Amino acid sequence: MAKKLFKGNEALGEAAVLGGCRFFFGYPITPQTELSEYLSWRLYDVGGTFIQSESEVSAINMVYGAAGAGARALTSSSSPGISLKQEGISYIACAELPCVIVNMMRSGPGLGGIMPSQADYSQATKGGGHGDYRMLVYGPSTIQEAVDIMYNAFDKAEQYRIPVMILGDGMLGQLMEPVEFPPLKQMPDPSTKEWATTGTHYGKDRRIVNSLYIVASENEAVNIKLQAKYDLLRKNEVMCEEYMCEDADIIITAYGTVARICKSAVKALREKGIKTGLIRPITLFPFPTEVFHKYANSDKTKKFVTIELSTGQYNEDVLLSVMGKKPVEFYCRMGGSVMTVEEIVNKVKEVY
Amino acid sequence: MATYHKSNMLTDTPLSFCPGCTHGIAHKLIAEVLQELGQQGNVIGVAPVGCSVFAYKFFNCDMQEAAHGRAPAVATGIKRVHPDKVVFSYQGDGDLASIGLAEIMHAGLRGENITVVFINNAIYGMTGGQMAPTSLIGQKTTTSPFGRTVERQGNPIRMCEMLASQDGPAYLERVMLTDYANVLKAKRAIKKAFEYQIAGKGFSMVECLSTCPTNWHMTPVQACQHIKDNMTKIYPLGVFKDVGGAK
Ligand SMILES: Cc1ncc(C[n+]2csc(CCOP(=O)(O)OP(=O)(O)O)c2C)c(N)n1
Ligand code: SF4
Repeated sequence: MAKKLFKGNEALGEAAVLGGCRFFFGYPITPQTELSEYLSWRLYDVGGTFIQSESEVSAINMVYGAAGAGARALTSSSSPGISLKQEGISYIACAELPCVIVNMMRSGPGLGGIMPSQADYSQATKGGGHGDYRMLVYGPSTIQEAVDIMYNAFDKAEQYRIPVMILGDGMLGQLMEPVEFPPLKQMPDPSTKEWATTGTHYGKDRRIVNSLYIVASENEAVNIKLQAKYDLLRKNEVMCEEYMCEDADIIITAYGTVARICKSAVKALREKGIKTGLIRPITLFPFPTEVFHKYANSDKTKKFVTIELSTGQYNEDVLLSVMGKKPVEFYCRMGGSVMTVEEIVNKVKEVY
Repeated sequence: MATYHKSNMLTDTPLSFCPGCTHGIAHKLIAEVLQELGQQGNVIGVAPVGCSVFAYKFFNCDMQEAAHGRAPAVATGIKRVHPDKVVFSYQGDGDLASIGLAEIMHAGLRGENITVVFINNAIYGMTGGQMAPTSLIGQKTTTSPFGRTVERQGNPIRMCEMLASQDGPAYLERVMLTDYANVLKAKRAIKKAFEYQIAGKGFSMVECLSTCPTNWHMTPVQACQHIKDNMTKIYPLGVFKDVGGAK
């Protein structure tokens, strides 16, 4: 299929439709608004429904209702809006409903700014709302990768009955790149969702979407079940790119759009004779811990350098994975400022 | 001889409400109406957070339990997926008129084709008797121990009137669950609300003035009298919106 030039946000909308999304609930916020604008007409081509809700709180609860009723429902927002959705995401996680949430991160805290940031990393990967839960979190670095992830996101969400988050930033959302779209997906038979409230059940067949467990032992059993699911994710769903790591003395690590800048830095550093590689997690939860283990335990690797657009949120996972076996250097920018290739090159040269 | 049968739209789980609480009556009326309308196997309900949080255990249909105040948003999501099913939410006054005010207003403004049964007992029952947005001026609660005043806590909220001032809602009525005659009226109102939904007329809500003997510190009889003597002065009974047309 021929490639088409697409803006990141719109490409994600198209990929959602192709991947089976038929319901979108959202509230406008920069820098993701084009995603909802796109779906406000595109969903009607495929018999879907688009609602601009009164708030992000409503949007996520509409997703809860629609997902619980068996539909493939999407919501998208940016940082402050995602904060508002946290209670609902926690309910969705506990009720084991599948859905997809896009966060095109902007800088914070507070109202912050609309420029690229990765400062919602911990919120996304450690749960975000109240209670012990996780989402399956992807951090794509190109529009093509975002499209491919979105295309399969509902399948993953339904396979594990979990919320899936696609974590991008304003750069990914606003960028235009040529992308190749996969074909419209054949939807799985919705009647196979034996938990969905479709309205036809009564008596002992009744279906209940719920997250209330008053008895402590029952609530603990729910938590144990959820944790088992997250262990399955750790086992089966890790995605990570290892770029020129084999012979590298220095391994840079970054995710999302920042990793693209790092890739250019790797090339520039190699031209200067510094053997550098890049570990780029594609899933942020589950984290590619074992990839880090491999290089932390290798005699070849001298040092890691973490690069991120937040103040060490991502680096905490890197440190946990390197387990003190090698030094981990750190460089970040904040508040919507983005590092240049040169800044990364200089940082690596400084610690080399 | 006519014998009384529990509605087949209620499960066998014993209701969890306090003695003399009219939440139970509202449950029974909804169940009876849905049965009379032949809707068994065609209903999805949404339970709130409040004393009726366990509504998902009591109604004999598919149910979703919503976050506090968000039942109209959840019901919207469900109804858009299953437009041919009867979808209702059941909500208290803290849930609907305080934390969930935006959700109920916008569901009404969208003319969302759902039915809302709104239990106005002028108090937060579940959390132990705190002030509700509907608490009366002068009412003593655990968070308005000297009695609610306009200066300190502001004014009670009238949901039927507020929704009626907007386009969108198809049917709005306020009833009270105090005595046989009024319970019958309430049942007629609930039936009409569901009939409007089935006819595709859009948003319908029945506000039920309801007792909380436990947190009002009254006997059930005193509580019913309190509704008649005091609550109806602030919350007059009647039909506030009726686009008409259903039988
Ligand atoms: C977000 C959130 N805030 C607060 C609560 C605590 N809470 C539970 S029930 C309730 C009040 C319910 O009162 P109402 O809606 O009037 O129902 P009633 O119990 O009187 O039937 C509150 C504040 C909660 N569960 N969730
Ligand atoms: S606390 Fe009040 S509203 Fe709740 S069940 Fe008891 S009487 Fe009813």
